[in-house]
Amino acid sequence: MISVDGLCKSFKVARRAAGLRQAVKALFVREHTVVRALNDISFSIRPGEIVGYIGPNGAGKSTTIKILSGILVPDRGACTVMGYTPWKDRVRYVRHIGVVFGQRSQLWWDVPVIDSFELLRDIYRVPNPEFRRNVDMLVETLQLQDIVHTPVRQLSLGQRMRCELAASLLHSPKLLFLDEPTIGLDAVSKIAVRRFIKTINREQGVTVILTTHDMNDIEALADRVILIGKGSLLFDGNVGDLRARFGSRKTITADYRHQPHPIDIPGVSLVSWSPERAVLSVDTERTMIAEVITRLSGQVELLDVSVEAQPIEEIIVQLYKEYQL
Amino acid sequence: MKAYWSVLKLRLLRGLQYRTAALAGVATQFFFGFVFITIFEAFYSHAAEQPPMSLKELVSYIWLQQSFLVFITLWIRDNELFQLITTGNVAYELCRPCGFYEFWYAKLLAQRLSGALLRCFPILIVAFIVPHPYRMTLPPSPSAFALFLLALMLGLLLLLAVSMLIYISVFVTMSPMGSLLMFVVIGEFFSGKIIPIPLMPAWLQTVASALPFRWTADFPFRVYSGHIPADEALLGLLAQTGWLIVIVWLGKVALGKALRRVVIQGG
Repeated sequence: MISVDGLCKSFKVARRAAGLRQAVKALFVREHTVVRALNDISFSIRPGEIVGYIGPNGAGKSTTIKILSGILVPDRGACTVMGYTPWKDRVRYVRHIGVVFGQRSQLWWDVPVIDSFELLRDIYRVPNPEFRRNVDMLVETLQLQDIVHTPVRQLSLGQRMRCELAASLLHSPKLLFLDEPTIGLDAVSKIAVRRFIKTINREQGVTVILTTHDMNDIEALADRVILIGKGSLLFDGNVGDLRARFGSRKTITADYRHQPHPIDIPGVSLVSWSPERAVLSVDTERTMIAEVITRLSGQVELLDVSVEAQPIEEIIVQLYKEYQL
Repeated sequence: MKAYWSVLKLRLLRGLQYRTAALAGVATQFFFGFVFITIFEAFYSHAAEQPPMSLKELVSYIWLQQSFLVFITLWIRDNELFQLITTGNVAYELCRPCGFYEFWYAKLLAQRLSGALLRCFPILIVAFIVPHPYRMTLPPSPSAFALFLLALMLGLLLLLAVSMLIYISVFVTMSPMGSLLMFVVIGEFFSGKIIPIPLMPAWLQTVASALPFRWTADFPFRVYSGHIPADEALLGLLAQTGWLIVIVWLGKVALGKALRRVVIQGG
């Protein structure tokens, strides 16, 4: 569905030091630094996938989305989406995709939401029966019944984001780009948005590419993760692989009867300790969990033990550190 | 086509909400109309020789200028479009399946039409009932009136093509004020908004004729009063069409260039 090959994009950024003297100087001599936003990025995505596109701020996530949706023109590299080159066939291509930029709005600020929807219907030339069907479906699954007739400026962020999502799907696109769709939303709205993305992917077969900083989004939605940092591709695989490769550590929390001596087990690092409870971190590639628990029960009188995989968020932080992002 | 029509319709409806702004506009335009006519009347009554435009023609010229101000001024701007560019929200406009130029042109057209619809009629009605010398007169013939309407419409389309250049230049300058000033200072003067073009010295008139601006305002208003006769007006319509084609073409080329290097502001 999407194939990206060797994409490069750099921006020229004007810069000057602080102060009036420097500002005056900048009137005559401009200093530019070239920021390489994308550096030889390649990947391909099959129909029906949900791909999480992650990376720290400034990694080039949004730049990639903007190139893939035909807004920006890359310096070098090739890219085919559904048989189109996005920036060359922009007008014909964008009819088949939906885009949501979490930090921007596509709805008209001072008219009711439904007016914006109808304008989009005309812009995308959606036939009326299809439009009605889509609006009914979207209003029901996103629970917009009470808000479609409200002017956008009177909506909360969560309500607005649900409307934005609906707006991007009115023309039944086969591919949906979501650039930080859950930014600034509360837990309830986040879950609603996630559930909706899952639904349209399953029921309509919409391919979804989303960028986010919320690892819960990734865990709840994405089968596959692409990690980029400083413009380069660092990891491409499913969430399980990411765990297997970087997240072999497990956390063991043990409660036991009062025991004044600290626990000491070789190959295990102590995260925290008190006379009643200890949190241990184990690298499962080197030390077996069973062995740790056996040793633990030899040292203390265990009341309760729980074993947890490292949260994905920590894996990402660790990855960022590893790649020095 | 339907898309552009819908944009136009939605904008018109929205523009018509702003009744108070229109009312304030009407009051301002009355004031300026009276002041200009009073000044020119004083000049005319003490003129040593016959001015190249009669007072009657001039009065129509000024009232038309005031009532169709929204059609002829370059400084009326759509801040929303400027914001789209400088904040980066233009990203959404670019993922719509429409020609970008046409899309924004339709938006601008709607803004002007809705502005003028609310303002022109009250001013025109009053201009026809105020006493001499302020009273506006009917055009000399129905054909002059028909030519005037055509010229006014073509003038509006031409003005929009010029203002599209302002918006496009913001992609490069990132400063709406700077872009506006460059165009407005030259454009307003050479469209005869400050001094009617027939009253300018000959050399300035030559400059004005070489520029597109006078075709947006000066030309239609003089067609109305008959100061430009019918055969000359027909040639003028051709000139307007020519300029329109050239400037739209120029705008599209410039926009194509700007979009190739567009940077979406704010990440």
